Amino acid sequence: MQKIPEDAKAAVYVIPLLPYRCHVEGIPKRPIIKKGKDCDIIMKQQLQEIKKQAEEHLKNACTADALEELRIKYLGKKGELTAILKGMGKLAAEERPVIGAMANEIREFLSGEIDAKKAEIEKLVRDAKLKSEVIDISMPGRKPEIGTSHPITKVLDEFKDAVVGMGFQIMEGPEVETDYYNFEALNIPKNHPARDTQDTFYIDENTVLRTQTSPMQIRVMENTKPPIRIIAPGRVYRSDAVDATHSPIFHQIEGLVVDKGITMADLKGTLETLIRSIYGEHTKVRFRPHHFPFTEPSAETDVCCFNCGGKGCSVCKGEGWIEILGCGMVHPKVLANCGIDPEIYSGFAFGIGLERLVMGRYDINDIRLFFENDVRFLKQF
Amino acid sequence: MKVPMSWFNDYTDISGVTPKEYNDALTMTGSKVETIESLGADIKNVVTGRILEITDHPDSDHMVICKVDVGDEVLQIVTGAPNVKAGQIVPVAKNDSYLPGGVHIKTGKLRGVESCGMLCSHEELGLSESDLSWTPEYGILILPEDTKVGVDIKDIFGLNENVVEFEITSNRPDCFSVIGLARETAATFKKPFSVKKPKFTENSENIADTLSVTVENPEKCLRYCARMVKNVKIEPSPAWLARRLKASGIRPINNIVDITNYILLEYGQPMHAFDLRHISGEKIVVRNAGDGEIIKTLDEQDRELNHNDLVIADAEKAVAIAGVMGGFNSEIEDDTTTVVFESATFDAVSVRLTAQKAGLRTEASSRYEKGLDPNNTVPAVERACELVEMLGCGENVGGMIDVKGNIKPRTVLDFRPDKINAFLGINISKEEMAGYLKALEFDVDLDTMKITAPSFRPDIEAEADIAEEIARFYGYDKIPTTPISGEATKGYFSPLQKFRKNLANALIAQGMNEIFTFTFTSPAEFDKLELATDSPLRNAVKISNPLGEDTSIMRTTTLSSMLETMSYNYNRKNDTVSLYEISKVFIPTKDGELPDEPEMLTVGMYRKGMDFFDIKGILEAVFDSLNIKGIEFKQLTDNPTFHPGRTAAVTAGGSQIGVVGEIHPSVSDNFDIGVPCYAAEINIADLFACVDGNIKFKPLPKFPAAERDIAVLVDKSVAVGDLRATMVKAAGALLDSIKLFDVYEGDRIPEGKKSVAFAITFRAPDRSLTNDEVNRVFNKIVKDLQYKNDAHLR
Repeated sequence: MQKIPEDAKAAVYVIPLLPYRCHVEGIPKRPIIKKGKDCDIIMKQQLQEIKKQAEEHLKNACTADALEELRIKYLGKKGELTAILKGMGKLAAEERPVIGAMANEIREFLSGEIDAKKAEIEKLVRDAKLKSEVIDISMPGRKPEIGTSHPITKVLDEFKDAVVGMGFQIMEGPEVETDYYNFEALNIPKNHPARDTQDTFYIDENTVLRTQTSPMQIRVMENTKPPIRIIAPGRVYRSDAVDATHSPIFHQIEGLVVDKGITMADLKGTLETLIRSIYGEHTKVRFRPHHFPFTEPSAETDVCCFNCGGKGCSVCKGEGWIEILGCGMVHPKVLANCGIDPEIYSGFAFGIGLERLVMGRYDINDIRLFFENDVRFLKQF
Repeated sequence: MKVPMSWFNDYTDISGVTPKEYNDALTMTGSKVETIESLGADIKNVVTGRILEITDHPDSDHMVICKVDVGDEVLQIVTGAPNVKAGQIVPVAKNDSYLPGGVHIKTGKLRGVESCGMLCSHEELGLSESDLSWTPEYGILILPEDTKVGVDIKDIFGLNENVVEFEITSNRPDCFSVIGLARETAATFKKPFSVKKPKFTENSENIADTLSVTVENPEKCLRYCARMVKNVKIEPSPAWLARRLKASGIRPINNIVDITNYILLEYGQPMHAFDLRHISGEKIVVRNAGDGEIIKTLDEQDRELNHNDLVIADAEKAVAIAGVMGGFNSEIEDDTTTVVFESATFDAVSVRLTAQKAGLRTEASSRYEKGLDPNNTVPAVERACELVEMLGCGENVGGMIDVKGNIKPRTVLDFRPDKINAFLGINISKEEMAGYLKALEFDVDLDTMKITAPSFRPDIEAEADIAEEIARFYGYDKIPTTPISGEATKGYFSPLQKFRKNLANALIAQGMNEIFTFTFTSPAEFDKLELATDSPLRNAVKISNPLGEDTSIMRTTTLSSMLETMSYNYNRKNDTVSLYEISKVFIPTKDGELPDEPEMLTVGMYRKGMDFFDIKGILEAVFDSLNIKGIEFKQLTDNPTFHPGRTAAVTAGGSQIGVVGEIHPSVSDNFDIGVPCYAAEINIADLFACVDGNIKFKPLPKFPAAERDIAVLVDKSVAVGDLRATMVKAAGALLDSIKLFDVYEGDRIPEGKKSVAFAITFRAPDRSLTNDEVNRVFNKIVKDLQYKNDAHLR
């Protein structure tokens, strides 16, 4: 590199290095370079100076505005680099590309630096803004009001989904029912003591409010050829006065399976699967003999008390088991009543008290809550 | 049915079985145990003791100090009882003992003198006079002189007893007896079982010389056995017998009555004891009652009978209602000397009907109505005679009168072990099956392969009944669990079921809570709904035996249930309520036919600041989401339940399928709802019929829309819906949408007019519309509005 002459240094090279301020007004213009020998060297030096100075200024720049000012000062149309480039005409032809390249390099460098600094400042500004925008997320959300299914519907829906997956259809039938369907066809003739346990509301001598969903067994079997797999959920009526565990209107789910070769083992297998899909996979299930006029053999089905796990507690009245349904093999007389030959076909049926299932599921202790419909109750499900 | 557990040991042996084991085992063979109550469980550490000496209390005039020998020690006990004497045997509650009611006795000082326990009265031990065979005096219970000292008091009074309470199903009359349950018990524990034939001596007389029995109705009186006892001495029963009765829930009365009750429990055979003095004409006639015949029963009530009732009569009068209750006129009295025991079988249905009509359900009638075994009458009456002799309360007269009516033969069934195995899904041998049946006293002939059911099992009618007996004793728990075999079936929800679920989900998405209400209601609800007196809705299905007037008819509208529910919530300060119900109403059809049971969607709402358009909007949103098409709302002014100006008929294809609106303020008042409330009731099947299941994608618009706002001045009475209809028709194919955005009445509008503003969007599927095109359509709209609705551009 060539040495810079002393006088040139004195006359031209001294560029006031003013401490950078946000406003750069009043920076003195650089001396005009005169055409002649050494002016390429001077220009190079000037370029280096500009770069150095700009870097210094950049370092201290701390706002977007300041950066913009710097951009204008160094890179703008009337900026310092431009000014230098304007003086290129004074250079020798072979020097021009060299100086031009150098100037462009510096321009690109500075412009990159400015952009980087700009991004940095913008990030700082955004961060500061975000910091000021902190909210108290413990305050409640703006919740749109969404409704609820009644708890009885909720549990019944689960049950329906489970049985539909097992090949069952869902049947519905009348709540005002004939004595024939509700009793006679189910092997409960008039004056049968079993009628005592189902205190019946009568409309007239031959018409009742169904006391059970079992008449649906008859209605289905009369109209369908086996194989039959149905459930029939619905309201039933018994003339019980209202108290915490009794309601004159409640719900049952009837189930019926009829085909060739249906066994009591199938009954156990099916109900066990079903009960476990409702109460959980590891629920212990017990079938014990009972009596229903329209099934033979008959059983009541208990689940191991979900409260005490079988040790005995107030929920299961010390028994360790909670009765949840009645079931049995369809009585041959009932099949025959529906025109199905019991020598060829067999089947099983079950009936579940839905309220009890729901009360157990949600720990509800009073059946009246279901029919009072207090919204504070309804919204819990 | 309650039975002290130890009683079973008379016929089998369960001495090593704990109550818990007994409970579990019998429950699993079908005799469901409800509870097992341990009598005397609350008495601890109370023994018999002899009073050795009595000295005065230094500090009390009415207390004395006793030295009491309790076998292994002598205790000093202070008592205030007036009746103690040296030498007496008394119950002693020792230090750290317990008495009924949780009373805890500890050593303490009474007026400075140490007392190491307490002498007890019978009340303090929880005993009543009937537990004793004597009448106790006031004060400490003085036990018989020969009572051993140091014996646990519970052993003295049989309080170490576990009483089993069974739930007996109606098909098992044989299990309403100790013997029947003992048979089940023995079969359950695989123990031998036997009932000893009663033994007693008879005098040389013959009952037939003093009494004749005639059965006039052999259909209803299947068997009538009678035996006679003379020189009867009426006394209290011995303690063991009284205890068994008491433990089984029957109050001891006197030896003869107690014997009949004991037989009732033991054999399940109701018996009656007549005082021969009151049987006039020396004859018993079992006959139909006369219409209007009156008998005063043991409970001193006059009962009017008719020819359907069976009575036991003498030459003059009825002395008992057969199988239900004895007559007051022939009951056993303290001076009765000659007793006639009746042991009879009556027709189940006849007894049931008579008992039902009289409103009398007795231990006897509840057994008869399940069908008793005519073969049980003889052993039962013989056992009564045995007890008479055992208790020494009379002299058995020789002979027995036995009149047989129409007794059914025992049931014989084919024994098909393969069929039974296949039915139950098990695989056991015919010998094993026969074993279970024989333990229950079935006769099984493996040569002829026939099963004969015992006569006390009227429930055995078919093979399935045999299968149940085998399953019970093989063990329900041992039957395997298998999935259903055979032809697969398809499980699915019907389209209506799916629709109902979607409807519910759409309502829930709108913030509605589902309710369940009673389907029966009160006729007064119709008045609360302000229905016209001739409203067809007042024609309801009536319940002939309702719980009360409140629940006496099946509802014909769901609105009253909804309003009652809103009232319930309003009165519990629930200030925002939006409810729906999907359930039935019951519409009478022809006589002798079942009613129609259409299903209704009911919606009910109230909240601050809501109006008609909130509930209408919910319905519209629900209809949109279910693709329910063609529903129109039409002004409805004459539904008395609703506000005459704020109510719409919900219509489909021109016919009304429901109603929605603001509840009439007087109806709200009737239901005690203090805020404006809104309701809708819509037939679900009709809604379902409006579902357009055919959803077809419409391509998104490729060309821009042109929008125009229009505001018109129109008579107040003109419906926005009508304006809209005019606009739709006028706009034709280029119309994209019309949105109402303002309705204004007031200051700058002439009296009787309103300003209605719409935003109209036009669009063509295949091009951008030019201004000219849009203006042409817009101008037609303006013109038509003016022409058809007298609506003028503002």
